[in-house]
Amino acid sequence: MSGVRVLVGTKKGAFVLSADGKRTNWKIDGPLFAGWEVYHVKGSAVDPNRIYASQTSGWFGQLIQRSDDGGRTWAPAGNEFKYDGVPGTHQHYDGTPRPWEFKRVWHLEPDALDADVVLAGVEDAALFRTVDGAKTWQEVSGLRAHGTGPQWQPGAGGLCLHTILTSPSRPGRITIAISAAGAFRSDDDGVTWKAINRGLKSEYIPDPDAEVGHCIHHIAMHGSRPDVLFMQKHWDVMRSDDAGDTWHEVSGDLPTDFGFVIDVHAHEPETVYVVPIKSDSEHFPPEGKLRVYRSRTGGNEWEPLTKGLPQSDCYVNVLRDAMAVDALDECGVYFGTTGGQVYASADGGDSWRAIARDLPGVLSVEVQTLR
Amino acid sequence: MMRVVLPYHLRTLAGVGGEVRIDLAGAATYAMVVDEIEAAYPMLKGTIREQGSGKRRPFVRFFACGQDVSHEGMDAAVPEEVAAGREVLIVLGAVAGG
Repeated sequence: MSGVRVLVGTKKGAFVLSADGKRTNWKIDGPLFAGWEVYHVKGSAVDPNRIYASQTSGWFGQLIQRSDDGGRTWAPAGNEFKYDGVPGTHQHYDGTPRPWEFKRVWHLEPDALDADVVLAGVEDAALFRTVDGAKTWQEVSGLRAHGTGPQWQPGAGGLCLHTILTSPSRPGRITIAISAAGAFRSDDDGVTWKAINRGLKSEYIPDPDAEVGHCIHHIAMHGSRPDVLFMQKHWDVMRSDDAGDTWHEVSGDLPTDFGFVIDVHAHEPETVYVVPIKSDSEHFPPEGKLRVYRSRTGGNEWEPLTKGLPQSDCYVNVLRDAMAVDALDECGVYFGTTGGQVYASADGGDSWRAIARDLPGVLSVEVQTLR
Repeated sequence: MMRVVLPYHLRTLAGVGGEVRIDLAGAATYAMVVDEIEAAYPMLKGTIREQGSGKRRPFVRFFACGQDVSHEGMDAAVPEEVAAGREVLIVLGAVAGG
């Protein structure tokens, strides 16, 4: 019997929402790590029982939790994230140099082939890797050795590395994004990196076409086409057909091209989802209507999906890691809001329902498809 | 036997209730107390003081004998009453945030 497990990180703990393949009746387990911020929870593709969670607190720092039984029980794993060598400096908000200082883990990306191997994207922006199931972490230091590191500046949420993309069809390639430095790619498993921001235009920085400095909110990829990337930038929805070497805008007829999340349908690589947000000053849906927009053409032409979503007086946000898809025959789409709702669609976005309504503010949503 | 009271979240994390008892003889520093706590409860590494620098985390405070002793430094000796087990060392999260 197939099923899905939705892993939800919130401002006050984690929750596991599970259902069978019909995705009609949902069971909610949690809160796990109650009272702590859980930035991200993600399971291994090769061993769905192996799940990692980033548990963090402004008081007590960073913990990594690991489950080997599908989220029923958890144990703290290694939580020492030490920058390699002399950390150096990046730019602070005011443009002054600021030493790199570890704050928290934003994103955990288990390896596609080995459940003990995980990449972690952290704030202040750096990439770490474990090869022993999160007992120990080592910095993938080639990224910060990229010559532009001293120019990186934090976005409003901090200098965070929030997106990590890998693909089994392109071994050794890692694509990451940092707010507000931009996107970077390695084709040699993290040894060397290049900035991949050509074509991005950000009017809010001194040089709108700069090599780095772009506030990328999220990047999505379909596993079958690792050269095609979709990006929700601060403003602008972008597309690359050459693994990020060049980008072009595909915002098309969206009501606003500001937003945070972006994802791709599990079986249709040209079907893309975004949730437009009014502006960088007003982080809520335009007109108080929560609408997912779907493009079936890889961008430019977008249709609003509203059935089952609140169409009046809705002023929540959907944060960058808070959308995911399942891989069942009819693709399920899921997203969580800062108002604590988790919405699910079992029909590729045509209709939606809240499968959790009153959780703490949602920071992240991931889905495991169980067969 | 020294007695330490941990904040709620760290008690939950370590799976302990009430006071934690530490077997430290004679004069002890705050750093030595935390060393013992971390040795007994490895999951607390990094939660009271930063890994690497060993500094007390900014929003973690130490109270003892009715005083805020947070700024005495990790290498300072704990009060005699605490070392003798007649008073508890209270580790708590600063009142901040929501």
